[in-house]
Amino acid sequence: MTLWLFFATHRHEILSAIEQHLLLVAISMVIAIAISVPLGMVIVSRPRLRALALALANIFQTIPSLALFGFLIPLPFIGGIGARTAIVALVLYALLPILRNTYVGLTTIDPAVLEAAEAMGMTENQVMFRVRLPLAKSFILAGIRTATVITIGIATIAAAIGAGGLGTFIFRGVAMVSNVVILAGAIPAAILALLADYSLGFVEHRWKVH
Amino acid sequence: MPEPPSTPEPTIEFRHAGYIIPAKEERSILNDISFRIAEGEVVSIIGRSGSGKTSLLKLINRIHRHTSGDVLVGGKSVSAWDVIRLRRGIGYVVQETGLFPHLTVRENVCVVPELEQWPRDRSRQRFHEVMASVGLNPKEYAERFPRELSGGQRQRVGVARALAADPKILLMDEPFGALDPITRSELQQVFLDLSRRVSKTIVLVTHDLREALLLGTRAVLLDRGGVVASATPEDFLKLDQPAVREFIAASELRLGQPA
Repeated sequence: MTLWLFFATHRHEILSAIEQHLLLVAISMVIAIAISVPLGMVIVSRPRLRALALALANIFQTIPSLALFGFLIPLPFIGGIGARTAIVALVLYALLPILRNTYVGLTTIDPAVLEAAEAMGMTENQVMFRVRLPLAKSFILAGIRTATVITIGIATIAAAIGAGGLGTFIFRGVAMVSNVVILAGAIPAAILALLADYSLGFVEHRWKVH
Repeated sequence: MPEPPSTPEPTIEFRHAGYIIPAKEERSILNDISFRIAEGEVVSIIGRSGSGKTSLLKLINRIHRHTSGDVLVGGKSVSAWDVIRLRRGIGYVVQETGLFPHLTVRENVCVVPELEQWPRDRSRQRFHEVMASVGLNPKEYAERFPRELSGGQRQRVGVARALAADPKILLMDEPFGALDPITRSELQQVFLDLSRRVSKTIVLVTHDLREALLLGTRAVLLDRGGVVASATPEDFLKLDQPAVREFIAASELRLGQPA
């Protein structure tokens, strides 16, 4: 069976897998951003919390994804079989790139600019929201971009714990020893990753402050 | 919003003020500084690198906290001031300008008026006034970003920004230090015009003796964290303390002509 034929006959199934996949990624990214960006802002002035947060995020990143899914399954509330567990795992992976870039962006600012802000009588919050955050915007977006691309890839493994998405085809193809079926999952996943990379890269470039 | 009543009176006084960097190996930057700056004075702080002149300036708006003695602004210890109020009442210009790269010239200049929630019209009008006073066309530059300006223009915007909220005290740290000689003397002229027209108490840090004597109504020489001389420009060159003679001699050597 050729690839095109498979795509044509299974297009509804593939489209709904893409939809599931995007939903998994989008929900995970929203949660990861909602955690990492504020956390990144908080650790700017708290060195001990910074060390702890970055170390933890680093550790999550080093756990092999299949193992992490496995670890999560027996956990109450966040674990089990299905999309919820997958989202927890994807969030944990996305934390590090966003957190690290947020922190780096917020702290690599010309000291003269920060001193001017302080000397003009800005409060700490005003320095954060009016100076640091706008200047860190493109760094933060670069982190989100990296995290999104990683998440689109890792989300294929989520099918192993019944979360659906494009990984369904990949696992099925492996079981059937059919390259065509594997590619039916892998090609759309790769295209999604490239599209995300390109479009976020475009915005990132426009947000860059010289 | 009405003008806050707590704007600092434009006098500055150091009373045996000292500043030690709190670190493992404590380093004394300033010790036993005592002198008073009256309203409307333009005081040039001079000294070689490492003499503590920038630190001295930063004690005034509490970027650094003095570690002994006291520093008074408007007769009140800087420690007793609400630091935000204190700083918003003091204009600050530094060599690197510290302009906000993500804001336009107008937004940069209007930062303090905006923090103080001035009405829009008043901010705009003030923008035009201060830009004109530093010799920049307000309309032409309003929407530009700092990266689109030359060094001299950036420095003018930096001065305009410091003047925007009409502070009675202005602190300037080597404001013309990074400019080429021609732009530098242009800006010195702008400064002289300004300081004559607007009555402000100005503290100017410079390592350039000629600039100090040209711009200041008084020159204060710092050496190794202490005040060694304080005199009007005319008297300064006549002082015969060794530290003063040494500084003058070094400046003459550097300039190739008498300061």
